[in-house]
Amino acid sequence: MKVNDVILKTVVRMVVFIVFTLGMYLFFAGHNAPGGGFIGGLVLGSGIVLLYLTYDIETVHKGMPFDFKKVAALGVLLATGTAIGSLFFNAPFLTQTDGYFNIPILGEKHLSTVTLFEAGVALTVIGTLVTIILSISEDE
Amino acid sequence: MLPFIAAALIPFIYRRFKNVHLGWFVLVVPAVLFTLLASYIPRVANGETFVKTYEWIPTFGINITTYLDGLSMIFSLLITGVGSLVILYSIFYLSTKESLHHFYCYLLLFMGAMLGVVLSDNLMVLYVFWELTSVSSFLLIAFWHHRKASRAGARKAMIITVSGGVAMLAGFLMLYVASGTFSIREIIANLEVVQASALFVPAMLLVLLGAFTKSAQFPFHIWLPDAMEAPTPVSAYLHSATMVKAGIYLVARTTPIFGGHEIWFWTVSGVGILTLFWGSFNAVRQYDLKALLAYSTISQLGLIMSLFGLGSAALHLGYSTSSVIYTQATFAALFHLINHSTFKGALFMMVGIVDHEVGTRDIRRLGGLMALMPFTFTIAVIGSFSMAGLPPFNGFLSKEMFFAATVNIMQLNIFSLNNFGLIFPVVAWIASIFTFIYCAIIVMRTFFGKIQPDRLEKPPHEAPFGMLISPYILISFIVGIFIFPNVLGHYILQPAMASIYPMFPSSEELTPHIAAWHGSINTELWMTFGVIALGTLLYLSLKKWRPMYQIFPQKYTFNAIYERIIGSGESYSSRITNRYMNGHLSYYFIYIYVFFIAILAGYAVYADVLNWDPSKDSAIESYELILAFVMVFAAGAILFAKQRITVVLLNGVLGYSVAFFFVVFRAPDLALTQLVVESITTALFLLAFKFLPKIQPEKVSNTIKITKAMMSIAVGATVTLIGLAVMNYDKFEPISAYFEDAYNLAGGKNIVNTILGDFRAFDTMLEVVVLFIAGLGVYTLIKLKAKKGDADVESK
Repeated sequence: MKVNDVILKTVVRMVVFIVFTLGMYLFFAGHNAPGGGFIGGLVLGSGIVLLYLTYDIETVHKGMPFDFKKVAALGVLLATGTAIGSLFFNAPFLTQTDGYFNIPILGEKHLSTVTLFEAGVALTVIGTLVTIILSISEDE
Repeated sequence: MLPFIAAALIPFIYRRFKNVHLGWFVLVVPAVLFTLLASYIPRVANGETFVKTYEWIPTFGINITTYLDGLSMIFSLLITGVGSLVILYSIFYLSTKESLHHFYCYLLLFMGAMLGVVLSDNLMVLYVFWELTSVSSFLLIAFWHHRKASRAGARKAMIITVSGGVAMLAGFLMLYVASGTFSIREIIANLEVVQASALFVPAMLLVLLGAFTKSAQFPFHIWLPDAMEAPTPVSAYLHSATMVKAGIYLVARTTPIFGGHEIWFWTVSGVGILTLFWGSFNAVRQYDLKALLAYSTISQLGLIMSLFGLGSAALHLGYSTSSVIYTQATFAALFHLINHSTFKGALFMMVGIVDHEVGTRDIRRLGGLMALMPFTFTIAVIGSFSMAGLPPFNGFLSKEMFFAATVNIMQLNIFSLNNFGLIFPVVAWIASIFTFIYCAIIVMRTFFGKIQPDRLEKPPHEAPFGMLISPYILISFIVGIFIFPNVLGHYILQPAMASIYPMFPSSEELTPHIAAWHGSINTELWMTFGVIALGTLLYLSLKKWRPMYQIFPQKYTFNAIYERIIGSGESYSSRITNRYMNGHLSYYFIYIYVFFIAILAGYAVYADVLNWDPSKDSAIESYELILAFVMVFAAGAILFAKQRITVVLLNGVLGYSVAFFFVVFRAPDLALTQLVVESITTALFLLAFKFLPKIQPEKVSNTIKITKAMMSIAVGATVTLIGLAVMNYDKFEPISAYFEDAYNLAGGKNIVNTILGDFRAFDTMLEVVVLFIAGLGVYTLIKLKAKKGDADVESK
């Protein structure tokens, strides 16, 4: 059965960017405003799922050639890695630090190692979410 | 730390350099560590100790403290030194066809864990590494996991050592309660407090249980022969230098805490001497060379263990010139520990060579290999002579000291030794005769007699040069230590003595001068003569008395008891499991909810926390009422929905209403999460929708319906009650004060996020891991179903 989904495809093409932008915004906003690794990851992941739902798996895979199981594994490694990393600076396990840095174009910005930890969380969420949905939908 | 990093790197190296044997890269790790450690020897010999602390969980006093003193020096030198030799040997032993990256990964993990055990000062960290050795040795023993015996052996080792480890953990916790610290050094410093505690003796026994299971002491020795299913380099490593020595290390390390107590003395030395006898006695009946060596390891470990027990008597007496002779036992234990590593390592490698080049280890099929494998023969002779305690090899020196220690202990007037002390020299002497016999079996049966080419699987020939390097280094140590024992004594053993007897003023006096010839024929030497004479006699008449072993019925061995316990445990648990895991999801929910109600509602009633004061509540707004009404309506409608899609959508309504509630109560983070999660689960539901069968009108009796309804109401009531009770709960201190300062403490303005990322980051981290595991679970469940044809690989 051939489905006519021009509208869906056109709308998704634009919406996905909005979703991704929102996801990234939420991820970075997390420290001082609502958002964070978990929500950001969820939004990004649902954007990817939306792509998979609209287009077929091969097409999306051409654009994003990631193995999402590996993305999730990378996320776990990053999250635990930053936790262990603090040991090398002679600080207790899971210590996070932050500071204000003057970055050329962007001006003074607040950077924090929690961001790395949160990035690990986000990657895990994305990877796991997409893996689960893909493996369920592939099972036919 | 280095082995772990290297273990993580292995897969990458493996892929990059397919043609070069992976062992060459791995070899670098222990070699570098060994050199590094060796550079500390002169300073440690001067009495220096090195402490380095990394904070891990400072709130509970759990820090990763590495502590290098004489005792940990001996063990870490053995671990890295023998480790290097074993890896060098394995390069030639294992062909590149094996999955080497797994093998070396496990081996490095194991090495790192062992170093962690001997170098950590914190009891909790020690425990973590201790169990890590159990896990990694499990992986190593089951390396050839397609063989059933390998898996059974690995499981046995795991069950016994881990259950001992848990007992040890309990002992450690008792020590913590008694002393208030996890640091071994601090416990030793505050010894009076610990010894006065009522938990002192239980803690001692539990810690000993851990040490005995790990070091394969009687009656926990049964796992060790089965662990022989591992590849020979692993056996050589586990048995000569590491795994089994962890228990010895623990006993040595805790001797300053517990030593001097009568129970400690009798348990350690008694179990040790019994193991010594039982191991040597059983070794003689073995036909497999590796099994024979396994029993000899058991018996040698018993010897070392009993020496530590005997030496602890000196702590009871306190420091005086007369008690110094009893510390000799401890000295002999440390000395024999090193000697055992050299000769047992060499012997295992020798057996591996025989196995590799001839194809069998059965002594009934071997014989006459001397002419064909002269180099291997040399290793066997030197190794076995040393093990049997004959000159001119290092085993002779430590065996003499062992005899001396058992003779000396009879003169003690404590612990009713004047009545029972005689058993030590007698049992030691008998066990040594058996030791002599099995050493003779190893050499004579393998290398002398008639060769039987038709019973061998490969034409025998000498081993390649590379495989001989490691055992030759070891046997050169055997001879070298005999000639210059006092070098070892001064640089390695003396600082270790100081750490076992910290309250004795001078370790110089504790270190006896080792001499091969005492200048006169003393009791020990007479005992050795007796061993040689009687041993030779018994070996020659072996055929006549060997059938004696058959008298002891197989049914009552410890092995059979273990098999029975495991067997019946398996059948019972599978019966129970089949009873409740009936594949109906609704039953699983019932189990969960029954526990939920029982524990939470039960606790609420028990602790009497159900005091809800309506007057404190804030006013209810009209839109909140509307939301609540929508939710009640949706929830009620689900009960009467006839189609699955309706249920899914109504559930969505519920979820979104909850999200609205979060918005209303100003929790934007929760609301956002709830919204996204709700959307995704609804999408998932719809995805899975077409695979699900239509809802069947359930034909169930009214009693079941009523039970389920009651259950639902009870669950709902419990949740409501908890929600209400939490408002007034004051049994714990509120943690909100902790979060008030979020911006200064964590630098974030969003408190939810600082909680997730900073204050409770440990939870978040583990949640991420759980999420990942759950995702992998879903993936494998679905993917494995596709290939059902080869799903039963495990049952082969």
